[in-house]
Amino acid sequence: MRHSRRSVLARGAALGCSLAASPLLTPVSFASAPWDRRLVVIILRGGMDALDVVQPYGDPAYAALRQKLRGGPDHGGLDLDGFFALHPALSPLMPLWRSEELAFVHAVSTPYRDKRSHFDGQDLLEAGTPGLEQARDGWLNRLLQQQSGIEARTAFALGQGEMKLLNGAAPVADWSPDAALMMSPQAERLAGLLMEDDALFHRALSEALDLSREAPGLPLSGEDMQDGEMTMPVPTRGKAHLKIAAYAAQQLRADTRIAAFSINGWDTHNRQDRALKSALGRLSDTVLELKAGVGADVWDKTAVVAMTEFGRTARENGTGGTDHGTGGAMLLAGGAIRGGRIYGRWPGLEEAALYDRRDLMPTADVRAPAAWILRGLTGVGVADLEQTVFPGLRMEDDLGLLR
Amino acid sequence: MRFDPELAEIRFGCGLSPRLAPPQSPEAMLQRLTGADEMARAYPVQDFDAAFADSVTFQALARERRKLRGQPEYEAADARYRTFRQQKRTDRLQNFAQRLLRYADTSDGLRERLTLFWSDHFTAKGRRNAFQHLATPYAETAIRPHVAGRFEDLLIAVVTSPLMLHYLDQNSSVGPNSPVAQRRNRSAGLNENLAREVLELHTLGVDGPYSQTDVRQLAELFTGLSFNRKEGFNFRPGLAEPGSEQVLGRSYGAEKGRLEPVLQALRDLARHPATARHIARKLAVHFTSDQPDADLVEHVAERFRQSGGYLPDVYAALLEHPAAWAPELRNVKPPFDFVASACRALPVDADRVTGFKRGQLNRIFAAPLTLMGQKWEDPAGPDGWSEDDAAWITPQGLSARLRWAFAAPQRLVADLPDPRGFAGTTLGSFADGKVLFAASAAETRAEGVALVLSAPAFQRR
Repeated sequence: MRHSRRSVLARGAALGCSLAASPLLTPVSFASAPWDRRLVVIILRGGMDALDVVQPYGDPAYAALRQKLRGGPDHGGLDLDGFFALHPALSPLMPLWRSEELAFVHAVSTPYRDKRSHFDGQDLLEAGTPGLEQARDGWLNRLLQQQSGIEARTAFALGQGEMKLLNGAAPVADWSPDAALMMSPQAERLAGLLMEDDALFHRALSEALDLSREAPGLPLSGEDMQDGEMTMPVPTRGKAHLKIAAYAAQQLRADTRIAAFSINGWDTHNRQDRALKSALGRLSDTVLELKAGVGADVWDKTAVVAMTEFGRTARENGTGGTDHGTGGAMLLAGGAIRGGRIYGRWPGLEEAALYDRRDLMPTADVRAPAAWILRGLTGVGVADLEQTVFPGLRMEDDLGLLR
Repeated sequence: MRFDPELAEIRFGCGLSPRLAPPQSPEAMLQRLTGADEMARAYPVQDFDAAFADSVTFQALARERRKLRGQPEYEAADARYRTFRQQKRTDRLQNFAQRLLRYADTSDGLRERLTLFWSDHFTAKGRRNAFQHLATPYAETAIRPHVAGRFEDLLIAVVTSPLMLHYLDQNSSVGPNSPVAQRRNRSAGLNENLAREVLELHTLGVDGPYSQTDVRQLAELFTGLSFNRKEGFNFRPGLAEPGSEQVLGRSYGAEKGRLEPVLQALRDLARHPATARHIARKLAVHFTSDQPDADLVEHVAERFRQSGGYLPDVYAALLEHPAAWAPELRNVKPPFDFVASACRALPVDADRVTGFKRGQLNRIFAAPLTLMGQKWEDPAGPDGWSEDDAAWITPQGLSARLRWAFAAPQRLVADLPDPRGFAGTTLGSFADGKVLFAASAAETRAEGVALVLSAPAFQRR
């Protein structure tokens, strides 16, 4: 009994230190949530092979480019529209395709060209600028900077890795399931004192304490704290991507409007049949976990946007995989998406139509569909999008990606 | 801004220890670095050849198990396979413990730091079960012996290591017009992965003067770099693309099917002025600050060029520059360094750590490192771990560090030190009034020790 009583006291006292953040004292919904629709951005790190995910089996040049990696309905692909087929590892998403809550934008890319470095490619994707020289903060953070009524909990960057698209001046919550921190009141006070002059540490500590107080499943009794002692930081059971999706869904059901996280494992130079299957399985599980987690009402106003730094070579390479390329694809899901179709202008795959005679030719800037979605979800103006959120972008015509 | 023994141990070594005196001069640091590797002897880890032989055994057991599926002998084969896999996982954690103990016990801290630095610069890891235990043996055999030698030898050792050839897919890259491709009726061809990363990450840097054509040409030149079960690394002329290749305007490999032109290209890349700049900047970022002094970078790059990439001279240039001794602690220690320098400060007895069972090593070290954002030997990509302080000190990353600082020390030492004395021996002159106050105001010894380890003055260097 003594253990749990002490823990409850510690928790109560800790709450006292930071009343503003206490879920017990703050109304659960803000009166002025900046907008109502939800956005989930998933960065697919490593360069997703668009031609294997949304397989252009109707293109006459496709079969010659992909021999081991042949898709299409005769090779296990799920026919979408008579021209494109879906990779079978995404079959759990077919019900969403049929209910028009799943779409793709094909042959898109960032302005990044020619060097085909993952790391610069990802930096540019997240910066949202025309070139890396202009990159300072992330485009999703600049979106928040355009809005009023933003609180730290409006947007979440989730997981262990850095999400540069949310870096910047607007407040953002950075968190990961399994990270809950509880200290004795005295230790908490002293840790705060030690870190108060170091901005980086101070900010991280305050956020960690705030977010821990409302972490799902945080034990109120002495399970996590025994007589004021913390236990080792070890992960709970379960797959990391599902825990992140479940946590994101839980936040999105409440006041959070934006969640961003990564799914890695798309750099399929070798044995792509295996590697891509596993990455697509995680992507598909993540989308379904989000859908189940937010519930039908919130799902109806949710847009999930999955984007990657570049596509891969049109031709498969010598090792059953593909090398770094240019044009790629974007996945859109959610009740807010006008799905059941493939967006984008198809460039064709004959050699002369390829970028650099090797990669899928991008026919649009991947920032344009992202911009139209931001516009539809948050009401931000075209001028702000083209000048500030995605500087140098011409949004062109509205593709009508949202319902 | 000049040499200071405590700062030298904190910034360029493994942190202060109550048992070990910090180095007294840059010359003394370099002398130790170029002398005998005492820690490698004291805390041995498996070398690459032995570990690779285990990979071969592992694959053989896996094949046997697959073959016997559905037959009465399957169960025995499955048990053999599982036992071996378990053993390799245990070896991996024990190798981790040895590396931790080297860090905790060394008087040659620069060597441990450089081994970690170069292992990260040349990140390689196993992409399948049978290769997952190879990262430490790779660091031991391909990297550690070269950290005080020439950069070109280091580069060649890495690029010819079976683990790198496996990790960046070189092993299966075939020249499209090579004898093997001609013989095979199915498609066989190039894989650009290693060639691209050698140019972008290992040598010139992404801003370096190379094009997609150079990547392609280097990939063609690299064909033939391979490994097999018997010998480990080997060069297979049958895979090599005929004809010469042009890389950065130089021609290599007119007479085909030999390793030498590949090595010559690597030597030329290693001595390229863009490589000097790239490496100088990386060293300066790693050891001094995310935004390093421009003059320091130029000074180190100049020495790299002059010395043809002789690394002890390059480090000397770093250590002699006043900007290296700016007294303010800046860079955040990555999680391994945070944990290992805490073990050094407590100090942890080697016997205790070597006595830990696998589950304890996992619970006390490996699992917490994962939550701190550094899953041991498993960075997301070939660019390795982030140098950006903000990438580590996130709410979740800091939370895991604090939880470890509060919970782990009492499992690592029999008697926790007095927190006030601990602040002094651990932080030296960097223990300010707030740290000393927190150490004395804590309610328990464990909390006092934890607070010292949580202080930015301990987490930065």
